[in-house]
Amino acid sequence: MTKADLIEEVYETVGFSKKDSAELVDLVFNTVKETLEHGDKLKVSGFGNFIVREKKSRIGRNPQTGQEIEISARRVLTFKPSQVLKNSLNG
Amino acid sequence: MTKSELVLAISEKRTDLSKKDIESVVNTIFDSMRNSLIRGERIEIRGFGSFTVKHRDARTGRNPKTGSPVEIPPKRIPFFTVGKELRERVNGDEE
Repeated sequence: MTKADLIEEVYETVGFSKKDSAELVDLVFNTVKETLEHGDKLKVSGFGNFIVREKKSRIGRNPQTGQEIEISARRVLTFKPSQVLKNSLNG
Repeated sequence: MTKSELVLAISEKRTDLSKKDIESVVNTIFDSMRNSLIRGERIEIRGFGSFTVKHRDARTGRNPKTGSPVEIPPKRIPFFTVGKELRERVNGDEE
């Protein structure tokens, strides 16, 4: 499934024009991205939570050479699927 | 931010649309993605990320309290991989 399929679903289900459906799907994902970019989490009931986590810097190792390198502190996005989603995959 | 707060944030950008319609759009998107995962499909949203379904074989686990073996059935688990653009934006990387 791609964004084009989501646009088609919005067009068929909600009844906006193809053009409006495309704009709205983009707007939804852009708003989600802005939220996460600010470090906020997004909780979607029945689907899951998108959470931004702060990772401290740590010493890693190049597995090929064994050389130690510092992995800098970073912010990463994680997804935790809701119990509802997990259950519906195992119905 | 919850789903209803997401609907509010979007409706502030599209004041020409009703909140009800925006809510329908948001619900349709997440419902469609869930149904796609139930069908075992992969979802790829450019600039956002991709969702895949991974399979876990049945295994024998143990009740940590009693130590008695328990049969754990095979299961399907949804996985998300963040896309490059969003990964960089979340981390605050320079463009």
